[in-house]
Amino acid sequence: MDSTLIGQVIISGFLTGGLYALVAVGLTMIFGVLKFINFAHGEFLMLGMYLSYFLTTFLKLDPYVGLLVIIPVFFLFGVFIQWGLIDRIINSPHDIHILFTLGLSMFLQNIVLFILGPHMRSVHTKYLTKVYTVGSLNINSTRLIAFIFALVITFVLYLFLLKSDTGKAIRACADEKKGARVVGIDIGKMYLIAFGIGIACAGAAGGLLMPFCYADPHVGWTFILPAFVVVVLGGLGNFIGALFGGFIIGFAEAFGSIILPDSLKQVVTFAILVMILFFKPTGIFGKRTVK
Amino acid sequence: MKNRFGIRYWHILLVLGVVFLFLPAAIGDYLTHVMILIFFYAYLGQCWNILGGYAGQLSLGHAAYFGVGAYTSTLLFVNLGLSPWIGIFLGGVGAAALGLFTGYLCFRFGLRGPYFALATLAFAEILRLICLSMTVIGGAQGILIPLMGQNFLKFQFMERKYYYYIAFGMLILSVLIAEKIERSKVGYYFKAIHQNEDVAETLGIDITSYKLLATGLSAFLTALGGTFYAQYIMYIEPEITFSATTSVEILLRAIIGGAGTVYGPIVGSFILTPLSEIMRNLIGGGKSGINIMVFGIIVMLVCIFMQAGVLPWIKGKLAKLIQ
Repeated sequence: MDSTLIGQVIISGFLTGGLYALVAVGLTMIFGVLKFINFAHGEFLMLGMYLSYFLTTFLKLDPYVGLLVIIPVFFLFGVFIQWGLIDRIINSPHDIHILFTLGLSMFLQNIVLFILGPHMRSVHTKYLTKVYTVGSLNINSTRLIAFIFALVITFVLYLFLLKSDTGKAIRACADEKKGARVVGIDIGKMYLIAFGIGIACAGAAGGLLMPFCYADPHVGWTFILPAFVVVVLGGLGNFIGALFGGFIIGFAEAFGSIILPDSLKQVVTFAILVMILFFKPTGIFGKRTVK
Repeated sequence: MKNRFGIRYWHILLVLGVVFLFLPAAIGDYLTHVMILIFFYAYLGQCWNILGGYAGQLSLGHAAYFGVGAYTSTLLFVNLGLSPWIGIFLGGVGAAALGLFTGYLCFRFGLRGPYFALATLAFAEILRLICLSMTVIGGAQGILIPLMGQNFLKFQFMERKYYYYIAFGMLILSVLIAEKIERSKVGYYFKAIHQNEDVAETLGIDITSYKLLATGLSAFLTALGGTFYAQYIMYIEPEITFSATTSVEILLRAIIGGAGTVYGPIVGSFILTPLSEIMRNLIGGGKSGINIMVFGIIVMLVCIFMQAGVLPWIKGKLAKLIQ
């Protein structure tokens, strides 16, 4: 293997890792605060891609300006889903959470399939053909922009959780629900905000993916499984863990793709999942466990 | 069990049995096909029910066992000419071995609830990817089973009614097994593990062994369903047999009808399977996804309003009415 190939693989892993991290951050946020496992998370990403597609195709909006629409819309969408659906089953066992979100995932995937059809859709933007060249390495601009946006969003979210009052209240809910209630935090409201943020992250990731990735009704499923691996790797509910987990899986897939045939590269991801479940189910950064 | 009319439980079963025995002659070819699907999915739901319902281990990877069953018998038949009637059992044994191996790893490392669900999903996905990339066993193109005409020994029939009887027989077998579990000590152990593993262990139940028993049995039976599918459709490919969608289809009937009950998966299949067929016919083909969409809505409704499933819900309502 020559150094150019390795350099290219490292860059590819890094860029993919950033996006996985953004998807996983939303997922881990929802888990950390609500103790809720969202198997429909990938479908929100898919919906984010479609919204981005419509904004750029019909309103001629720049895909990155479109994020300013996608993020608030998906936040409200998430709040609505939490208020209307999730809240009714939040006190049920984890099995019910999983089954419910599987049902939600089936519904969202197939309503999109029914209305918009199975064909793949893509957008053509001026960014797509632009490639930065550093030495002998090529960096696709859409992937780079997506990576930077993903990191910025994650960082802003982290600051929000760390510094703002609402953020502190959300963390309090995640750490000690009863205690949070005792000191007067409105748990229901924090759940709404946390779920909204989680879904907004998925939507934003969809918007960032759209310029370089095809959208079809089943695209969410290809992202949700790596995202779960990232979340478990980082420790369920662990924010920083999700970020590093994203990079680890990004690298693993990138290196997997040069050792293994293309169709097998995801095996690496699942093998990591199985290993981490066996040997350190709390994740490499995590302390929290699910009972 | 005897009620005030002196009708015994098995009287009802006998009548139903006779009705179902002569049904293919009365209904047309298409309805026979629908009945086969109902039996088939009820059977698979019952197989899942042993592990997911009674023992309470939420498996999201039963497609792995289903696929191993379908592939084992088909590969042996296509390459070595071995009768699928032998292949079906070899597939079952293979799937049981896989189940015991992965199950042992999962239980040995104490995976429960969502972690177990994710691990089973990962195992099935790994198998799907491996099968996709192995051109020796057909790769993404899958395997077409050569048509031999009506031949009992080769598990091939020109008329649907034979498949109907086989599916019906398999369903009866699974119900008998579930009945047996329900009434046996093993069943009580399963239920204890379902309700609270820690307490069950404290009471001296060897939870790992019993969970493995449930996994092995469930995997074996699911694989038989895989072979039946292969012989009925005459074509298998990794994206269908090993997919997560198949895993979900397998567990859906049991969950909707009532997981951990003998007749739950059957009730679930009688609700969902015809519904799926009606949707397919009314609104342009299964490709539109409308049937899965409706399944999604039903799953969500069941999760919100009747978490134990339809059958226990109806029983609860009836009990209230009688009081």
